[in-house]
Amino acid sequence: MKTTRTHTAVGQLVVTCAAALAVVPLLGVVIMSLAAPGTTDSTVRAGGSLHFGNFADVWELADLGKALGTSFTISLSATVLTVLLAVPAGYALALFRFPLRNLLFVVLLTGLMLPNESLVIPLYFDFREIGLADNLLGVILVETALGLAFGSFWMRSFFRDVPAELVDAGKVDGANSFVILTRLLLPTAVPQLLALVVLSFVWSWNDLLVPLVMLSGGREVTAPMSLAAFQGQYTTDYAYLAAAALLTALPVVAVYIALQRSFAHGITSGAIKG
Amino acid sequence: MASSLIAGRPARRRGALVGLGYLAPALLFYVILLLVPFFRSVYVSFTTWDGISPKEWVGLDNYRSILESEQYRDAFLHAFVLIGFYAFLTMAVALVLVGILGSTKIRGMVVLRTALFLPYVVTPVVTGVAWRWLLAPDGPVNGALRAVGLDGWARAWLGDFAWSLPSIGMIGTWMLLGLALVLLIAGVQRIPPDLYEAARLDGAGAVREFFAVTLPGVRGEVAVVTVLSVTASLRNFDLVYVTTQGGPGTSTEVPSYLVYQQAFFVGDLGLAAAMGVLLTLLILLLTLVILRPWRKG
Repeated sequence: MKTTRTHTAVGQLVVTCAAALAVVPLLGVVIMSLAAPGTTDSTVRAGGSLHFGNFADVWELADLGKALGTSFTISLSATVLTVLLAVPAGYALALFRFPLRNLLFVVLLTGLMLPNESLVIPLYFDFREIGLADNLLGVILVETALGLAFGSFWMRSFFRDVPAELVDAGKVDGANSFVILTRLLLPTAVPQLLALVVLSFVWSWNDLLVPLVMLSGGREVTAPMSLAAFQGQYTTDYAYLAAAALLTALPVVAVYIALQRSFAHGITSGAIKG
Repeated sequence: MASSLIAGRPARRRGALVGLGYLAPALLFYVILLLVPFFRSVYVSFTTWDGISPKEWVGLDNYRSILESEQYRDAFLHAFVLIGFYAFLTMAVALVLVGILGSTKIRGMVVLRTALFLPYVVTPVVTGVAWRWLLAPDGPVNGALRAVGLDGWARAWLGDFAWSLPSIGMIGTWMLLGLALVLLIAGVQRIPPDLYEAARLDGAGAVREFFAVTLPGVRGEVAVVTVLSVTASLRNFDLVYVTTQGGPGTSTEVPSYLVYQQAFFVGDLGLAAAMGVLLTLLILLLTLVILRPWRKG
């Protein structure tokens, strides 16, 4: 028994150290964000005064308010659209029979592996033709499409596991397929829906390449784009950079922490189900 | 498996239409915004195009120039080095840790898991900015090295021809280690405890127990983490863009970054598209290879 207890202690220590390794660099950024502006030697000093004004400064300098607003518009719209499209798609793929169903599913699944890098060139030039370049709608559409492959796959695995009796009960009551979906099935899908929401939000917020290319005209800027540009100007002003980085990451980190159970659920079970 | 929604022949045909109706909007989005652009990329990759004048068909010339250019070949080589860090190093460390853990229950796992996932969630641009500071010539990492007397090790990590690529690799390992660990721990906890007891009754030591029980038990998780991390290592445009921009020299140029640079700075869209297509093929190929043994089991 004694060995088991040592074992538990060692295990606890190992996981705690790994968690610390994940968090400490980020805590460093928090500390750095409060250092004196113009700190270019990048050392964190204890005992100095805390400069909360850094956040107000970078808010102005990097025009972060506007950039964060743009990112919110893109991520929220893409997330809502992804859910609205992925739920019926997963429903159809799991519970309806139609020609080419399995082929269509495999084709959709391949989307999980298409890198943005292989899409942005034609997308940019085609969108420019139809006025969707330098337009938030263009980015929203692309981010939605990028989230759809996972979304449909994810909702399909949920609908596949729905007990047959639930659907049959609805049919006996004469409910049509839309009523069965919205009244019977979706109320039980809340954890899956939340997982999809947090993943879509995080993915669309974090993406750099698509907005960088699609919004290259410079009229609209997302928060990650703004941070990257800010770093170009304030190369070694690490206090400012840390403050801007923190503001850029805060919304995704907040959504993630608020819905972390759903996120973990999505990542751990979503990928593993066949 | 739930029953199909509608039975009976005429009703079934109607059911098929209804089903297709539910799928159609997603499919339309997917085809117009992903599949068509991808195939247009493939087409562009067979042409010479500057984005303004008409495209000129050149067959496989772009692919030939990529294969013949040392710079571009190196970019793919760098991608494989990064796979070594993102996928193999991460997996090796995670497996050793899980081997130490065995099936022990961890207390406070919800909080620990939140922390472990964090590097994977944080915006990659933010991660890049953070590590550019952490690895700066007189940044915290070098400060720590000097503090313990390893002055000789302190260096401009991201500005060093030999060390910039491994540094990016290590950032990747940092991003993925927590994710790998959480997934593997979840996998181990699904292994029936009697398997461990049986191994112990057979007199298996910790190492044999790991290879006989733990490793086979988490095969699925290993495959998933490997796919996720290999894909992340090949799609690391953001990280390279904010840390090194491919430099110093060409030492951290990777296909993902070259697609952007060739397309939107050099203006050689055919070559950039070919690079993107090769990157896609590489991702598809590696995913199939990694999932193959898993699918069979």
